[in-house]
Amino acid sequence: MIYLALFWQFFKIGLFSIGGGLATLPFLYKLAETHPHWITASQIGDMVAISESTPGPIGINMATYAGFQSAGYLGGVIATLGEVAPSVIIIIIIARFLANFDKNPTVKDAFWALRPSVVGLIAFAGLKLLGIVVYGQGVFNTQAALVFAILTVAVLTFKRVHPLIWISIGAILGMVFNVGG
Amino acid sequence: MKADTTIQWEQKGKPPVNLRFFLKLFWTTFTLSMFTFGGGFVIISLMRKKMVVELGWINDEEMLDFVTIAQSSPGPIAVNGSLMVGYHLAGVAGALVATLGTVLPPMIILTLVSLGYKAVADNHIIAAAFSGMRAVVAAIVLQVSWALFKPLTHARKALPLLLFGVSFLALFVFKVNIMVVMISVILFSVVHSLVVIRGEEGR
Repeated sequence: MIYLALFWQFFKIGLFSIGGGLATLPFLYKLAETHPHWITASQIGDMVAISESTPGPIGINMATYAGFQSAGYLGGVIATLGEVAPSVIIIIIIARFLANFDKNPTVKDAFWALRPSVVGLIAFAGLKLLGIVVYGQGVFNTQAALVFAILTVAVLTFKRVHPLIWISIGAILGMVFNVGG
Repeated sequence: MKADTTIQWEQKGKPPVNLRFFLKLFWTTFTLSMFTFGGGFVIISLMRKKMVVELGWINDEEMLDFVTIAQSSPGPIAVNGSLMVGYHLAGVAGALVATLGTVLPPMIILTLVSLGYKAVADNHIIAAAFSGMRAVVAAIVLQVSWALFKPLTHARKALPLLLFGVSFLALFVFKVNIMVVMISVILFSVVHSLVVIRGEEGR
């Protein structure tokens, strides 16, 4: 039953992606391995670009896309529900016990180790994306590597520029250098 | 709930919970979500502006608590923030209404985008543009990783760096299932916290 599978897969992603949208990426790559007909590794890159250019959290955008892709409108709704359900359950529990939660060092710091670990996961996702960019078609793509190098320097130099601007520049460079090739 | 926080809510004018309020809550979260580009942190700061400054529904201290919890809980930060605010204002019903308002705009937009994407993805020029966008995204994600990594080195402690390294290598080199990595880290974290706290109490 596809709807159940969509709900369950995105429930897991919603449950374990802690620390913002990019933390969902390694889970999506895992999903792309097990369910390539829902989303592929290179589509994940496209969807991140779209997510950065449209409102809304990456997790929800991915769920809607993958759900829609595999099972139409209802699929998109159900995958999104799966993505959000863990938040709803956990936050309502936390909010109920908020008064105690704050003052309790055990609860507050119990998950401290997740922070450095999640940084490792995001770095992994970044390299995975880079791998797809420069080595997507199985051969080294010089133009794409060049575009990546230019953009990395630019992104690191001009930190205050909005991602939307970078993505537009990337699209233009992609067309100029004919990266898709 | 503690008495003093209740008084604070009343001072700030926590609105009466009725149909009008739910519509207002839905519309507020819907428009916030609809017009907020950028990550969860952007929407959280705009949420503060709207809920604390303009509507006066919540005070700054509470909002700060909500943000902290939203960040460190599973799931999208924007959704978690809306859930906290909604629950605070009107219990479970409020939480659900606020979440619906937050989730609907990206769902509608991405459905439309998916339709368009299917139609144009095979086009040669569009494919080239997308490849360029992927290169940007790779650059941005790596830059974010670097920005998140730097504070880990400031503490001058080995354990966070070790956790970073082990998590990264587990995925990148050893291809460990990510769920296994996450659950191991959570278990380690909890056990470590318990040991440390017990150690401090023993002193």
